[in-house]
Amino acid sequence: MKYIDEFRDGALAQQLAQAIAREAKAERHYHLMEFCGGHTHAISRYGLTDLLPPNVRMVHGPGCPVCVLPIGRIDSAIELAREHGAMVCTYADTMRVPASGGISLIKAKAQGADIRMLYSCADALTLAQKHPERQVVFFAIGFETTTPPTALILKQAKALGLKNFSVFCNHVLTPPAITCLLTLAEASAGTGQIGARLDGFIGPAHVSTVIGSGAYEPFVARFRKPMVISGFEPLDVMQAILMLVRQLNEGRAEVENEFTRAVTREGNVKAKALMAETFILRDSFEWRGLGEMPKSALQIHPDYRAFDAEIRFGLTYRKVPDHKACQCSEILRGIKAPRDCKVFGTACTPDNPLGSCMVSSEGACAAHYTYGRFRDKKKAAEKTAKIAAKNAAENAATQGTNT
Amino acid sequence: MCLAIPVRIMEKKDDETAIVELSGVRHHVSLALVDDVAVGDYVIVHVGYALSKLDPAEAEATLTMMRAAGLTEEASTAQTAERQP
Amino acid sequence: MSTTKSRRRADYIRPLDFENGRIDMSHGSGGRASAQLIDELFAEAFDNDYLRQGNDQAAFDVTAGRMVMSTDAHVVSPLFFPGGDIGCLSVHGTINDVAMAGARPLYLAASFVLEEGLPLADLKRIVDSMAAAAREAHVPIVTGDTKVVEKGKGDGVFITTTGIGVVPSGVDIRGDRARSGDKILVSGTIGDHGVAVMALREELSFETALRSDTAALHTLVAAMVAHVPDIHCLRDPTRGGLGTTLNELARQSGCGMVIHETALPVRPEVNAACEFLGLDPLYAANEGKLVAICAAEDAERLLAAMRAHPLGSQAAIIGEVIEDDHRFVQMKTAFGGSRIVDWLTGEQLPRIC
Repeated sequence: MKYIDEFRDGALAQQLAQAIAREAKAERHYHLMEFCGGHTHAISRYGLTDLLPPNVRMVHGPGCPVCVLPIGRIDSAIELAREHGAMVCTYADTMRVPASGGISLIKAKAQGADIRMLYSCADALTLAQKHPERQVVFFAIGFETTTPPTALILKQAKALGLKNFSVFCNHVLTPPAITCLLTLAEASAGTGQIGARLDGFIGPAHVSTVIGSGAYEPFVARFRKPMVISGFEPLDVMQAILMLVRQLNEGRAEVENEFTRAVTREGNVKAKALMAETFILRDSFEWRGLGEMPKSALQIHPDYRAFDAEIRFGLTYRKVPDHKACQCSEILRGIKAPRDCKVFGTACTPDNPLGSCMVSSEGACAAHYTYGRFRDKKKAAEKTAKIAAKNAAENAATQGTNT
Repeated sequence: MCLAIPVRIMEKKDDETAIVELSGVRHHVSLALVDDVAVGDYVIVHVGYALSKLDPAEAEATLTMMRAAGLTEEASTAQTAERQP
Repeated sequence: MSTTKSRRRADYIRPLDFENGRIDMSHGSGGRASAQLIDELFAEAFDNDYLRQGNDQAAFDVTAGRMVMSTDAHVVSPLFFPGGDIGCLSVHGTINDVAMAGARPLYLAASFVLEEGLPLADLKRIVDSMAAAAREAHVPIVTGDTKVVEKGKGDGVFITTTGIGVVPSGVDIRGDRARSGDKILVSGTIGDHGVAVMALREELSFETALRSDTAALHTLVAAMVAHVPDIHCLRDPTRGGLGTTLNELARQSGCGMVIHETALPVRPEVNAACEFLGLDPLYAANEGKLVAICAAEDAERLLAAMRAHPLGSQAAIIGEVIEDDHRFVQMKTAFGGSRIVDWLTGEQLPRIC
């Protein structure tokens, strides 16, 4: 596969790994956050942590639209299908996200709600045309990558004058989320928490094709933290880590672009114009695990209010707290690692997720559970062996003195 | 994040749609979000929409940069060897 | 399916309309319409000595030794797909389940749940395909049953097949016999069936030359057993794919496994379709592949026997069994790292993220 396989070359990865090990200074730590679930997935799936020196530590970020979708918004989607009898169309990714009362879209569907899975949002328009007697709602989720297609179908729906189609908009924005993480990190500086020590960021690949690398310049300048935009293939991630290590060694804090084959400084101008035409900034939006963040999401533009499901169905947002034992909030902010959560792998598994990080295959917990958890067992076994060896040595020593 | 892959444009149906190909798998995608793409170009596709053109020269440049990182290692090993006779 | 050829022409005024006719509730009533469907379609297509006797059951002599029995319900949408259909799939599926004990399949039973409104032309195509598959495999369908459910209560047709076979003496193939040091083999490319069927989904608008790999594996198994009688485990990685099957075997045997990504036979089109949809070929279904586990010293001989058979020409040794109380299946990635190959979670769905 051209432009995919070249960037999965194991031999080249080893060379990059050596370069990272050589250039990373032994006397310091490099706490690097990969914001995007795509990078988290690549790191876990290709076992990249095995290739990094111990002082280069990857902290998983909140960049997975499924993970940050708050319970209340899923409840609303279910309400649309159940109470308003709407045909709710959504990407398959949202189907298993836990909502209130132990339910999810997939369970609501089993109970009779009309919920359809789509691969492309254009199919929602087709369904609306095919079923003029039904209200068809597209449950839209995603970052700036997934937003332009939604913008297009809003325009098409308006052009077609569809009366039975609307969009339940949950599109969120990347730069405000990173700003929020950096603000939190700054506030907790000196507390010794992992998330409090973010040295640099690996920036999103596909989001950046739309918003451009220029979008990150303001907060990189403000917080003085380096950022390297990286492709989602494993070699891209390795190269981005190397570039971050170099920036940190040289005391630079810049936006660098490793994914130049698809990302420009200005991004996709056409897509950005479409989004500006169909969406406006939302005053505030709740992110699961991160709480309310001002100006961090989009809502449908007043010119398209006829297609806004929140207005059409008079939806009111009800905030629902996460499961008590769930530590997604800390995990999404990089303060805790999945294995630090008490319910990880016990009460909370991909088959029965309690928290959002376990739902999407890109969630920090799901990725670690699916691809990497044998490392925890290995570590635990090594620790036990070490303690046993130490005890044995001590016993031997004691016995030695006794005799 | 968002799952998107680079694919080659095989045939343009009209200004807004195209057939793309990846290793023998063909797929219909929308070109409504990109300008100036031609048959033979590579585009990055997400949920059935091309999001951006892929620049082959930049892809090659990135690979060269990656290979250079490895070469530095060999070069530096050679240098170290020279310095320690 | 109890009838005789002699009754056929005399009893029915008009023959079944295999061009425009459809299944209706009377075809499941047990009355004359049911009998006509059996006579003119099933008995005609599956024709053999057992069916011709016209009894509600098939009687046959039992050979000495261990017998195995297996049953499998088949539901697939769409009913017809490149490389096969639900008919041949239902014959291959059960023959394979019987063969995975190292057994020689002897007889099949078939049970149909038909949905009211199913075109008779489709049913005939399916039944003919089953008959051809059974004949090619030399495993007759000796008894069967048909029911009809109201429209909306089925998905065209569901087929349950049951098979009986006999295990050659000295063969002891079970899921709990994998031992540390054993080698793991697969008989060919993985994920072909799952991806070929997925690509047909209208909304995905894919075009591929991929075909389902549906096939009866008992002759391959016979060749393998002839060369290496002491195969430890055999299993066909159908639903859930290779990843799930390896986890089943690891759990049953109480061991871990390590497989090597670079050794896995995967077609480029399967990889590409999986890239498009965010799926993993390790979890895509196979209908004509098997996983074998044997002692390390037998592995090369077993591989050669598999490769000499047309259904195993792309067979490969893909990994080893290791000691692991956690029973993890690990994969050394092409990239040089390692990761877990876990049980499949839920259903494999196309992802956007």
